[in-house]
Amino acid sequence: MVDAAQPGTGDVPSTATPSHCSYCALQCAMHITADADGAGVTVAPRSFPTNGGGMCQKGWTAAEVLDAPARLTTPLVRRHGRLHEASWDEALTVVAGALRDIQAEHGPDAVGVFGGGGLTNEKCYLLGKFARVALRTSVIDYNGRFCMSSAAAAGNRAFGMDRGMPFPVTDLANADAILLVGANPADTMPPFVQHLSPAAGGGGLIVVDPRRTATAARASLHLQPAPGTDLALALGILHAAVTGDYVDEAYLADRTAGFDEAWRQAAAWWPERVEQVTGVAAADQRRVAALLGRARNAYVLTARGSEQHATGTDTVSAWINLALALGLPGRHGSGYGCLTGQGNGQGGREHGQKADQLPGYRPITDPAAREHVAGVWGIDSDSLPGPGPSAYELLDALGSETGPRALLVFGSNIAVSAPRAEHVTRRLAGLDFLAVADVVPSETAALADVVLPVTQWAEEDGTMTNLEGRVLLRRKAVDPPAGVRSDLDVLAGLASRLGQPAERFPADPEVVFDELRRASAGGFADYSGISYDRLRGGEQLHWPVPHAEHPGTPRPFLDGFAHPDGRARFVPVTHTGPAEVPDEEYPLVATTGRLLAQYQSGAQTRQVAELMAAQGEMFVEVHPDTARRFGLADGDVAEVTSRRGTTVAVVRCAPSIRPDTVFLPFHFPEQQRANLLTNPALDPTSRMPEFKVCAVQLNKQPSEPPAGTERAEQAPSTPDGSHDPELAAREVG
Amino acid sequence: MSGKRKVVIAGYGMAGARLAEEITARDPGGDRVGVTVVGAEPDHAYNRVLLSSVVAGTLGDDAVRLHSESWACLRGVDVRVATTVTGVDTATRTVSLHGPRGQEELGYDTLVLAQGSAPWIPPADGLVTEDGSPAEGVLPFRTLADCQAIVARARAGTPVAVLGGGLLGLEAARGLAGRGCRVSVIHPCEYIMERQLDRGAAEVLAGTLAGYGIEFRLGTTAAGYVPGDGVKLNDGSWVPADMVVVAAGVRPETALAERAGLRVDQGVVVDDWLRTSDPRIHAIGDCAQHPGTVAGLVQPAWEQATVLAELLTGADSGARYRGTAAVTRLKASGVDLAAFGDVTAEPGSADAEVLCLTDPARGRYAKLVLRDDRVAGAVLLGVPDAAATIAHHYIHRTPAPSDRLAFLLGRALPEEQVPASSPATMPGSTTVCSCNNVPKSRIVDAWRGGARTVGELAETTRATTGCGSCTSAVRGIASWLESTA
Repeated sequence: MVDAAQPGTGDVPSTATPSHCSYCALQCAMHITADADGAGVTVAPRSFPTNGGGMCQKGWTAAEVLDAPARLTTPLVRRHGRLHEASWDEALTVVAGALRDIQAEHGPDAVGVFGGGGLTNEKCYLLGKFARVALRTSVIDYNGRFCMSSAAAAGNRAFGMDRGMPFPVTDLANADAILLVGANPADTMPPFVQHLSPAAGGGGLIVVDPRRTATAARASLHLQPAPGTDLALALGILHAAVTGDYVDEAYLADRTAGFDEAWRQAAAWWPERVEQVTGVAAADQRRVAALLGRARNAYVLTARGSEQHATGTDTVSAWINLALALGLPGRHGSGYGCLTGQGNGQGGREHGQKADQLPGYRPITDPAAREHVAGVWGIDSDSLPGPGPSAYELLDALGSETGPRALLVFGSNIAVSAPRAEHVTRRLAGLDFLAVADVVPSETAALADVVLPVTQWAEEDGTMTNLEGRVLLRRKAVDPPAGVRSDLDVLAGLASRLGQPAERFPADPEVVFDELRRASAGGFADYSGISYDRLRGGEQLHWPVPHAEHPGTPRPFLDGFAHPDGRARFVPVTHTGPAEVPDEEYPLVATTGRLLAQYQSGAQTRQVAELMAAQGEMFVEVHPDTARRFGLADGDVAEVTSRRGTTVAVVRCAPSIRPDTVFLPFHFPEQQRANLLTNPALDPTSRMPEFKVCAVQLNKQPSEPPAGTERAEQAPSTPDGSHDPELAAREVG
Repeated sequence: MSGKRKVVIAGYGMAGARLAEEITARDPGGDRVGVTVVGAEPDHAYNRVLLSSVVAGTLGDDAVRLHSESWACLRGVDVRVATTVTGVDTATRTVSLHGPRGQEELGYDTLVLAQGSAPWIPPADGLVTEDGSPAEGVLPFRTLADCQAIVARARAGTPVAVLGGGLLGLEAARGLAGRGCRVSVIHPCEYIMERQLDRGAAEVLAGTLAGYGIEFRLGTTAAGYVPGDGVKLNDGSWVPADMVVVAAGVRPETALAERAGLRVDQGVVVDDWLRTSDPRIHAIGDCAQHPGTVAGLVQPAWEQATVLAELLTGADSGARYRGTAAVTRLKASGVDLAAFGDVTAEPGSADAEVLCLTDPARGRYAKLVLRDDRVAGAVLLGVPDAAATIAHHYIHRTPAPSDRLAFLLGRALPEEQVPASSPATMPGSTTVCSCNNVPKSRIVDAWRGGARTVGELAETTRATTGCGSCTSAVRGIASWLESTA
């Protein structure tokens, strides 16, 4: 689309390596070029269907994380309260020894493993295998639980299978109407917005968000429900779709089951009633129903705004019910999709780092699945542990009588990204042993007994599965700094020290992928027909790919859904509201989210000076009336306090936000962590915490400047790259 | 079974059905509470609020049913349809039932009266037969059966007289007008919906409805009805009518409560526990009278059902009902009306801040009454998004935004006219490419440095390399610079 304006696409140096971005689930295609002398690395966007040759500021600056001053290059081992440099052999031996001792005394589940949605498929796979085979622990989960597990659960309920977007993103260009719920791609995956432009240009882009986000500003119609009332809104629009006669009766009869029960719930939510709960006009609910109902092609897309609630699964189900009633899913040119957030948010939930799952998106409780995977792993299926606790439950139990006493963390910065972060930080500190593998000294690494410096995206091969289920090969473009090892290497090193045969834990990504293919064969997420060679050859492969000649499955539901009878299921859901509502003491609703120039816990993006210059300051977005009501003005430093903690943030007045709501980005460390506030009320199905709603009060900070605001303006390490003992000192709680 | 509280709910309408749902939701196994629901109508409960949609033809009969046939069975609730409660013996805590199974006595630990209200038929000749039932062609607007009868008679061109210009009467009138009937609304007051509206709003509303072909006869009442011919009015005029829809108000069903010796005023008097004067008997919904509650709306009934379910199941013994901030919404196609709270204060009032705008040509009227910076009441016609926001502030008692005009008018207030930012006038700090945080000044610098085309500017500044939507803006800046060179 904008290729004419793209630099780099026409003039690619011969040394450039085609790869993909290190950040979000759009996985923009890029060329990575290492200077001849190896001193610098540059990236440039590459023409590809998903990003159309586009790239955002994070992508453009991605290479700066490779040689960030704070980059970890030596293993660190804590002695006498301080982290000291150590050899790899020493560090791995300390880790293996600690795990063995703790398991010997307290049993296999005394060691837990925590993964991440940014890890490659190979790492996710090997991490799950490591936990179940080398450690024989059931205690493994990952940060994807915090971001898309509700959509995954709802997708499984409705369609029998969860593939975030069951169609290529380019299909969106032909839509007349797109309903985007709780998603802000203009900030979180900017090049994605090009796929929304045709619908927006035709007056058919509807955005549901309590805030007037950059995405909402581009919408033809922006609905601003009170935070935590999205489910009611979905019911109201379904109601309006029925009374407006937009329901596709033939589709209901041929391709779905359960409409009547779902309608009985929605019948009680007529638009005028929904209006009182959500604040969204009944007329606007009817307008959305009409826009979607009259469109030739229409999509319903949801993201974290729908999911991160104690009723997140039901909320997503409510939006899927609407899409089903209109006859959208499983039709060429229309559909329902979830915008996955993390780089490998899709692949990360398929290959066994989830508490209840084995590779290939197989349930760990299914005897046939256990048999198959145990066969690939060369072990007895009886020796495979069962399902373990979900992420927050795992973290909440750390160091307790019944919980894990040791934890291994890969690719996650829990101390910043988990809900009720101060409590979680205390739980981490309460462990007998914590080991963290990371690229930079994250806030979680600072708490560790052993820190393992690992390679990152451009320094290693690996596959990622993007938001549309397309498997991508990220290729090694540069040599890693001396002293770092890949996560796969770390797992191999630990496994051998734990007595595992070397061939069981290969460190070569392609070898691991070939094993993943076999393990996933026959599962929902069947990768058996995908190979590095096919990906190197430029093939566009969406899973399932059940054999080597299979062309991939860009649109898996066209002929039928994945339930045995081929029908999609309506799920009857009703609105109950958030777990914590404002009261006199905590009169405002806080909601959390992301900024364009930062990514997740900020561990990577806070290393990049240009991104820090763009958006390096923690702030709280407040309506000017609300600010005045609490004695605050634009630029003041405020304390935002919930029942769980206090966050320090600069007040940023925005007339576009609801006066009853404040917004906080969650990328910043220490006292600026938005997650000091958040409520770990869990969804009963997905176990997703309620990041999007908690009750807070707003106060002017009494006196001195907030701890940490100065630090936010620079990378969290000393200028010479050595490890600040203060940072590494384990003093929390 | 011992120790399980026997709850009999007399009434299977909106309130009674909701209470049964709320109880079973809190006690899914039926361990604490055994529920019997007794309903006089032959059908399982349906959603009365949606009946105007049935009349308008946007929902079928089945779509308004609250419960499937299997609902009661699945939840272990004993539902008796086509059964009336004929008496209560408060001493023995027994109710007498009359239904398909004949006469029956049923003991209770707790009795809940949820009997709703009955349509009031004005005293005009010919509206009722000797036995008190409505005459041929005279149809109250209350039950699903009433709606079915109304719809069966409503053909294009059929003259219909609607007695009552309140909420229900207007919803029926609008639905019938949409079916092509020739509708006249006869209303005794000087203006319609006088319980919820001020005169200004009512006049704009009547004007809008007149545009849908509805004729109004205000300040007069029906004197007599001649079946198949029409209605004679007390002002001497005549309205043709093959059908008379009666929506002249309702009366709470209190007969049973009175016979049981309970305290009855307009309705059965209840306290914050929803208790009647007999603590073993509760009342909710239209038949109940709670101080500070507007009768006839579903929201109070459902909130009462929730509180009572908390109390009866022991889920929350601290639950109390303290009234509902009820919002009246007219459900009529092409009309968007919300009214709530005090709407009688006029601009210039000493004790309130009142904003008011009348725009009859576009069917808009907006009146906002504020006290202590909170919404005390409003009438909002034809400004749907503002109505939603203002009602939300009213219900949650949150402070009103200081920009009163934007609050009153919502999207009807045109957004501040930002002059189309020409490349020349745009400040240098304006972000042109948000995906890459590129301000205009950096593009100008790049141009001065020799970059001329969009591609060259992109190469230098990264502008346009995200989603691409700023490409024309960058091109515009380049052309402007070219022209000034």
